[in-house]
Amino acid sequence: MSTAETVIHDADQISDDQVAVTARDVCVYYGQKQALFNVGLDVKKNEVTALIGPSGCGKSTFLRCINRMNDVIDECRVTGTIELEGNDIYDPSVDVVQLRSRIGMVFQKPNPFPKSIFDNVAYGPRIHGIATRRDELEVIVRESLDRAGLLKEVEDRLDEPGTGLSGGQQQRLCIARAIAVRPEVILMDEPCSALDPIATARIEELIDDLRQNYTIAIVTHSMQQAARVSQRTAFFHLGNLVEVGPTKDIFTAPKDKRTEDYITGRFG
Amino acid sequence: MNTSENGDNKHIVSSYAQELERLDNLILEMGGRVEAQLSAAMEAIVQRNSEKAKLVIEADVEIDRLESQINELTINLLALRQPMASDLRRIVSAIKIAGDLERFGDYSKNMAKRTLVINSAPAIRPVFGIARMSERVQGMLDNVLEAHVNGDVEKAKRVWSSDEEVDDAYNSLFRELLTYMMEDPRNITVATHLLFVAKNIERMGDLVTNIAETIHYAVSAVVLDDERPKRSTVETEEVVAPAD
Repeated sequence: MSTAETVIHDADQISDDQVAVTARDVCVYYGQKQALFNVGLDVKKNEVTALIGPSGCGKSTFLRCINRMNDVIDECRVTGTIELEGNDIYDPSVDVVQLRSRIGMVFQKPNPFPKSIFDNVAYGPRIHGIATRRDELEVIVRESLDRAGLLKEVEDRLDEPGTGLSGGQQQRLCIARAIAVRPEVILMDEPCSALDPIATARIEELIDDLRQNYTIAIVTHSMQQAARVSQRTAFFHLGNLVEVGPTKDIFTAPKDKRTEDYITGRFG
Repeated sequence: MNTSENGDNKHIVSSYAQELERLDNLILEMGGRVEAQLSAAMEAIVQRNSEKAKLVIEADVEIDRLESQINELTINLLALRQPMASDLRRIVSAIKIAGDLERFGDYSKNMAKRTLVINSAPAIRPVFGIARMSERVQGMLDNVLEAHVNGDVEKAKRVWSSDEEVDDAYNSLFRELLTYMMEDPRNITVATHLLFVAKNIERMGDLVTNIAETIHYAVSAVVLDDERPKRSTVETEEVVAPAD
């Protein structure tokens, strides 16, 4: 199957200047196996877009295309176009390191570097040359930790190792590290699946705050989380984008039967 | 409620499916009871049977009890299952339908209370017009319950647009009862009670259309707009007393 299915898009038209990431006809192959089929999706600026779907539906694969994380997998091939602010991110002239500073990523398991809290956050700005002097870095580190809702909890122990924090704090540290390089888009791949409900609530509150300044795409297995944090939801199934629309519509009145079956927990 | 979009797909969690089924059954049971209450209340008026009216008054607690059960089950479902999409619509609709049915039951009880007064005075003719109106509303309720069982949007819509006939019947009864009052002031007490009874039945028709709207939304996710054919139920024309 390689032809595009009819995807149900929401009726409200999105103008070009409201879109941060535009994906068109994106196909992904792992060797012979095709993992994504002609996905076309707009990620709106200053909104949280949730990608949902059963395991193996291609939602994480799609997320990883947005900052070219799939480049590191040898046999992975991506076709179609993905644009960030109108520029093709797969253009051969694109500097991938630079690209990833514009599109940050937070992973399922918190993965702080085995360094101090300060150095975890300062790492990005240092290698991207955003700041070099300690006082400049300090401003960025404190601001990033503050935005990630972690500063109050760690400001008196910035030199302690990041790995010594609790799981929820580590995840917020990773978010602080991602925003320290001032990205436009933050990708989150199941950021709360290893966290308890309180830590999850803190991250969700943070996601809602961050949306004022960043565009966020989040992959989550928790439908309740998608419903709570996102403004738009895209449902993937068997490598196809099935339906995308305002979150409140997807969870109260989905149009495609597969979406309905998935979110209500029925056999598809 | 069999929501047509779902086809035959079953919930992966079977206890969830069973609870939803139980919710539907409670709605049906409640619907059956309020229908029987209206039928009995009307019989009590037509047959001038005060004993029957008293039974109707007593049986209303059963309907209230069913409403509480439905409310409790829906709260539990919302809290414990976090329903989405058609399940969410179905569960929220159940609370609304139960509320409408409870009100429907209250009107029957109110009719029965008035019957006790009506029966203490001589009979007047419009009683039979009221009985016909009541049968019509009972038929609407029957159909709406069937639409609920089958998730039948079309049937729900037909019920929704059939309320006009009840409004017409009410308007003509209103005129008739006023005429009786003017003919003989001794009729005023009974005619006024009958007027309230007719008004109750007219309101019951409105409640059935509410239920039809709710079912329509639960099944199709489409809210029926407010273009239901409607007759004004406020009689503004002057009714002239017949010449002696």
